[in-house]
Amino acid sequence: MALERWFRRKRPTRGDDDASPAGLWLKCSGCHAQIYRKDLAANLYVCPECAHHERMPVDARVEMLADEGSFERWSGAVEPVDALGFVDTEPYRERLTSVQQRSQRPDAIVTGAATLHGIPVALAVMDFSFLGGSMGSVVGEEIARAAERAADEGRALISVSASGGARMQEGALSLMQMAKTTVALEALSERRLPFVSVLSDPTTGGVTASFATLGDLVVAEPGALICFAGPRVIQQTIKQDLPEGFQRSEFLLRKGMLDDVIPRSELKARIAAFTRLLLAGIGTAGVVPAALPEAASTEPDDVAEEPDEAIGHDEDEEAAVRAPAV
Amino acid sequence: MPLPFEKSIDELEARIRDMRSFAQEQDVDLSGEISALEQRLVTLTRDTFANLSRWQRVQVARAPGRPTALDYLTRVVDDFTELHGDRTMGDDTALVGGLARLGDTGVVVLAQQKGRDTKENIHRNFGMAHPSGYRKAMRLFDLADKFNLPVVTLIDTPGAYPGIAAEEQGQAWVIAASIQRMSRLRVPAVSVVIGEGGSGGALAIGVANRVFILEHAIYSVISPESCAAIRWRDAAEAPSAAEALKLTAYDLLEQGVVDEVIEEPIGGAHKDPGAAIETVRVTIERAFAELRSRAPDDLIRERRERFRRMGRFLDAA
Repeated sequence: MALERWFRRKRPTRGDDDASPAGLWLKCSGCHAQIYRKDLAANLYVCPECAHHERMPVDARVEMLADEGSFERWSGAVEPVDALGFVDTEPYRERLTSVQQRSQRPDAIVTGAATLHGIPVALAVMDFSFLGGSMGSVVGEEIARAAERAADEGRALISVSASGGARMQEGALSLMQMAKTTVALEALSERRLPFVSVLSDPTTGGVTASFATLGDLVVAEPGALICFAGPRVIQQTIKQDLPEGFQRSEFLLRKGMLDDVIPRSELKARIAAFTRLLLAGIGTAGVVPAALPEAASTEPDDVAEEPDEAIGHDEDEEAAVRAPAV
Repeated sequence: MPLPFEKSIDELEARIRDMRSFAQEQDVDLSGEISALEQRLVTLTRDTFANLSRWQRVQVARAPGRPTALDYLTRVVDDFTELHGDRTMGDDTALVGGLARLGDTGVVVLAQQKGRDTKENIHRNFGMAHPSGYRKAMRLFDLADKFNLPVVTLIDTPGAYPGIAAEEQGQAWVIAASIQRMSRLRVPAVSVVIGEGGSGGALAIGVANRVFILEHAIYSVISPESCAAIRWRDAAEAPSAAEALKLTAYDLLEQGVVDEVIEEPIGGAHKDPGAAIETVRVTIERAFAELRSRAPDDLIRERRERFRRMGRFLDAA
């Protein structure tokens, strides 16, 4: 299920290795163009040459989605433990410690409250650079808590997945996080609060097969690998070449698995528009938006005006994203 | 064919058989010798199985001759009638569903079926369901709710099938949906892991009020072979991976993943299928006796809480 190794091998020389001295220029993993690192960050980690969507650091992702200054972190209170005493070529405990030190995070997820074009939301953003974004007890717990707290506070839940699947170093406990995150979403459903799930590259295994595909809306970024079993596993099983574009966002859109494929630059505006519409059902308009702050007025034409507003807002966001903290 | 560590057990059994037929043919009384050997056999089998490594348990869980789901169904429930099809695109042969009677109530049954021989294994896709199987499961969950029929699931799969069609048809989506649908059942649900509980493909029909596991069955996030290939970069390290994954029945009990371990006959379920099946029947009946009077809302709440609790971490707050 976890496909860390496969991704590691394919991983281009780019991305979140801030410590690397050669980090000024990066090679696009789509068109191989040399890109100045700051230009890539300013462009939301989308290649200016070919529009290839690189993996995005978590903090930049949060900055991109949250209205400026609105993000309030929830995650961090729970820390992973090595429940099984798992040792492969290196003890899990040591792997954890070293990646925690590098990322300054207890585990592969950041959650928190924010507003998104004025809409109160909870954000849950997975960190692929932390053990392949794998879901163990802590990731599962943070997602569950975020869903429950969002329900309590009348917020929509927006998740951004990037994960190799369940974390095998936590064995069946990781597997159970699939059920745990799923049942935690019920709190949102009961309050009719939207859950928009964004699948980014890559979303695989136990994450795809649990909360990430249970969004009221499930959308993906362009070109993202999204699957249950990874391409290598399938190739080994069937011993045939895989079709062009197999398990990529656009392929899955054609197969009917996604609501839409949305370029990163439009993501925030589209999520906001979706969420407002989901909250604007007959008879609910006066109820749920009571939880919204004044900025999100419940006047009917608010929805119609949204797209323009959003685009203007996004330009500001891009500027803010130029110096991501990760 | 005996498993590697069963060789001496097998040899002893053969000797007892030979001695019996010799005694019969020659009409001599060897009952003393035979009963001594039988005593030794019991001790040897018990010791061997008490000290199995995790990898050896994986082999028992997958052993040829181990009772399959349909073997259980014929004796655990009465009047099993298979219901076919997912009403959308096909009928998955790896995930069998149907109606049956358990005591005085009707039940909906879902069972992952491996083959008992090569031919059946191919027919059953080695117990690996396609999305169609999980769609069938979900429509049968609907049926169960509508007619207030408790649900029994028997889990025995290497995993959901990893293939092109399976992915195109949304394997991940249906597993997630099946987990969610089962968690919402308004009727009691009991699951028994009878062999291999292979990852998400197993969990998809494992979101029950009570989850049991047979003593020599396993339940894991990934197969030891795949885990070894990824973490050790060498599939031959599967025995190490099995140790690391802590995937045996008693490991899972300790982790709180299962509620109870169902003991198997000495030497494993494949040595005495009838006895194993009977124990499973008694266990399921007992669970339903306990659950049958619960209100639907309580069943849902308890099931949710059961899975909400899963996991180990440090809570600084």
